[in-house]
Amino acid sequence: MGNAPGAVAIEIRGLSLTFDTADAPVVALDDIDLTIRRGEFVSLIGPSGCGKTTLLRVIADLEAPSAGHVAVNGVSALTARLNRAYGYVFQAPALYAWRSVQRNVMLPLEIIGMPASERKSRAARYLSMVGLAGFERKFPWQLSGGMQQRVSIARALAFEPELLLMDEPFGALDEITRDHLNDQLLRLWEQTGKTVVFVTHSISEAVFLSNRIVVMSPRPGRILEIIGNDLPAGRRLDVRETTRFLDVAHRVRQALRSGHSYDD
Amino acid sequence: MRQGGLQLLALGLMTAGFVVPPMGGSWLARLLALLCAFVTLLGATLGLRRWDARAEGASDLIAVLVGAAVPLMLLEGPGPFGGAAPGLWLFLAGWVLLLWRMLSMFSRLPGGGAGALVAPALFGVALLYLWQVLVVGFAVPQVLLPAPSQVGHVLATQFDVFWLDFRQTFLKAVLAGYAIGCCAGFLVAVIADRVPFLGRGLLPLSGLASAVPIVGIAPILVMWFGFDWHSKAAVVVVVTFFPMLVNTLTGLAAADAMQRDLMHSYAASYAQTLVKLRLPAALPFVFNAMKINSTLALIAAIVAEFFGSPILGLGFRISAEVARLNVDVVWAVIAIAALAGSMFYGVIALVERAATFWHPSYRA
Amino acid sequence: MTTEALLLAAPPITGIGHRIAPVVAILALLVAVWYAAAVWLNTPQVVDRFESDGKSWNARQLIEASWSMERPVLPAPHQIARNFFETVFETPVDNKRSLVYHAGVTVSATLLGFVFGTVLGVLLAVGIVHSPVLDRSLLPWIIASQTVPILAIAPMVVVVLGSLGFVGLFPKAVISMYLCFFPVTIGMVKGLRSPDPLQLDLMRSYSASRAQVLHKLRWPAATDFLFASLKVAIATSLVGAIVGELPTGAQAGLGARLLSGSYYGQTIQIWSALIMASIVGVVLVALVGVAERLVARHMGRSA
Repeated sequence: MGNAPGAVAIEIRGLSLTFDTADAPVVALDDIDLTIRRGEFVSLIGPSGCGKTTLLRVIADLEAPSAGHVAVNGVSALTARLNRAYGYVFQAPALYAWRSVQRNVMLPLEIIGMPASERKSRAARYLSMVGLAGFERKFPWQLSGGMQQRVSIARALAFEPELLLMDEPFGALDEITRDHLNDQLLRLWEQTGKTVVFVTHSISEAVFLSNRIVVMSPRPGRILEIIGNDLPAGRRLDVRETTRFLDVAHRVRQALRSGHSYDD
Repeated sequence: MRQGGLQLLALGLMTAGFVVPPMGGSWLARLLALLCAFVTLLGATLGLRRWDARAEGASDLIAVLVGAAVPLMLLEGPGPFGGAAPGLWLFLAGWVLLLWRMLSMFSRLPGGGAGALVAPALFGVALLYLWQVLVVGFAVPQVLLPAPSQVGHVLATQFDVFWLDFRQTFLKAVLAGYAIGCCAGFLVAVIADRVPFLGRGLLPLSGLASAVPIVGIAPILVMWFGFDWHSKAAVVVVVTFFPMLVNTLTGLAAADAMQRDLMHSYAASYAQTLVKLRLPAALPFVFNAMKINSTLALIAAIVAEFFGSPILGLGFRISAEVARLNVDVVWAVIAIAALAGSMFYGVIALVERAATFWHPSYRA
Repeated sequence: MTTEALLLAAPPITGIGHRIAPVVAILALLVAVWYAAAVWLNTPQVVDRFESDGKSWNARQLIEASWSMERPVLPAPHQIARNFFETVFETPVDNKRSLVYHAGVTVSATLLGFVFGTVLGVLLAVGIVHSPVLDRSLLPWIIASQTVPILAIAPMVVVVLGSLGFVGLFPKAVISMYLCFFPVTIGMVKGLRSPDPLQLDLMRSYSASRAQVLHKLRWPAATDFLFASLKVAIATSLVGAIVGELPTGAQAGLGARLLSGSYYGQTIQIWSALIMASIVGVVLVALVGVAERLVARHMGRSA
């Protein structure tokens, strides 16, 4: 596994996860095979309970699989986590209310032991990259939901991991803010060339952002189809009204329907 | 409209007060009182008219303030007044209704900052005033309820004695015991967090231990640590330990799952997670315990002194003077204890505000 | 990797054993430390007695003696247990030496004060919620008064009421009432104000009178807060009743037992009384909990 784009970033073979709950065991993931290459933007889409968040958490070593094999950058998920190989963005900003915006972005840098001056410059750089320059001294509750989520993205980028894992980061926001942030995220990805694994249940978001869409079935979580997205690079929000976009969206919807996602 | 009715009733009562001539007081006092009473009536009548709200309020306020002077002036002479001065009591009753009107006006002031303090301040002052007038007017025996003026007199004249008592109880027993008890509770909680076995064992036991009334352990600790302030500090330590332990343990568990997962994703060590996430998230709970403990500590120290003390200390002073029926001294000591307790609490609340300014409870 | 994963995925050890074991372990440790401390604290007296009797002693005799003294500095757990057992189960209930009798005296004052205090607290809370004057003028004082050491005035109340001719149950009940109306007031104010603004708007759309809103919305919404405050209030009421027995050297009640034990150096008696007081406290709070569960079931909250 080299560092060249196109090399394999995440390799998943035969992954299964069963949760032992009070009532009966729940099969969250069932025999998942997935390969993600460096520099790709991959979306995981499916209805609630299909295991897409669980899959992301397994990659992040926040859950342990029951069976199967996960390799991140050629090493186990645990080793990758200890090497701080990825940045994780949650559904909620998960900012620390007692830290200013700047200190929130500096949090991972403190943990990895970066010297103070470098921490500050990094934080400033990534805050301006997400368009929040000038907000360094504000506190999280003084910002809107969209701005908080942007801080959370800056924090994930700050220690410059090669891999970005995002779990429905824009799910709690209104549509207009969401569109705006989708646009920003796409530009950021084009700028930095990171590998992104993005969980969503919005079809248009998945089609807009990613170059591969992994459609998952409701419990037990299986991969139904992996749809390649050939929309042009450098696309902007108005691509969503083109027929090519609608075609891809249609394919995604078909896949979901075939997986009984729309059944009662 | 109800306010208008109230005002009329007040006026009626105060005028009726004129019908029965008040007794007591020198002729000068009576003249002055009559003058003031007239001014009061004038102010109250003006306040009836519904013109500018501010002028209405102002005239009522003048009426209340001037009216307050009337009974004070008349009560200077030899008593008892009691039922022999019905005019005075009618006037006072009317005055109280005016006061109520004042309070309801102040209660409608926009809250926040100084505005919120006006109504309770006026209420407190009025309460003290009524206490003074009623106690003097009805010649209530000093043993039962002394007048505020008497309590004030005692405070002023015996200040040096009270200072030594205060030093013994508050500065020595309370502060030392509070510091030790809170620190111990905090440290044990952090250890119990690291060693969950300990936490699971301690939590139910501390629930049981806090059911033991503090008044019970005082005699035992006095036996072990002697009569001096050390035994009182020990009682304070025991009393403040458990609330701090329980609250800190709850606080350490308060950081939500997402924030802990974040730390996990950074491969942060236990120490880093503790210092950067869990301790700051636990601060609101720790301060909650510190506020509770501030009141518990003072009560514990004072009650512990009921069980044995050298001839010093707030609790000792209370029990000694109660036995001699010097109730005014007792009230003076209580006033000191109340002030000390409130200020202690207030200081902690200020520190809490500075340290946990980020907590949602400050963002009403 | 797979074995680790399987271990991690194994069902966690929850259940009674997991929760009882630590408590038992710590209790056992506590008892062991207690016995050791009893030896340490009682030794000086034991040695004195041996020497004044002119007897020689060895370690074993020392330990045995320090665990069976009549007036130990720290009684051994078995001594306390024996005394407790004797005064509770082996003494007739109407005998002045029965701990149950003393507990009964204290509990009667506690309950009376508790009832008065609750009624007063609820009335005050209803007044505060419905009158802006009381809300802005009185409530801040009630909150501030929680920082005042109320227990400190207990002696005064007892003595003053005593000089007026009220002795026995009544002064203690007054102290208890004074102590427990604060948590009830504060809790009920919070509870009566807890309904969602949307629900209050609904009531306003029905043109409901204030009494109707109180009866149909505010009061049911306040039950949680009421019972939480009642638990605090009854525990505080117990402490008030005990403290009320101290000033005038009362002859009956748990506080009186504590005081007489402390005067006459009967440490075992103090500890027994203490344990009885804790048990009474726990039982009273548990009773409130039972009442809470009954009300919750009646309101359809639980099965």
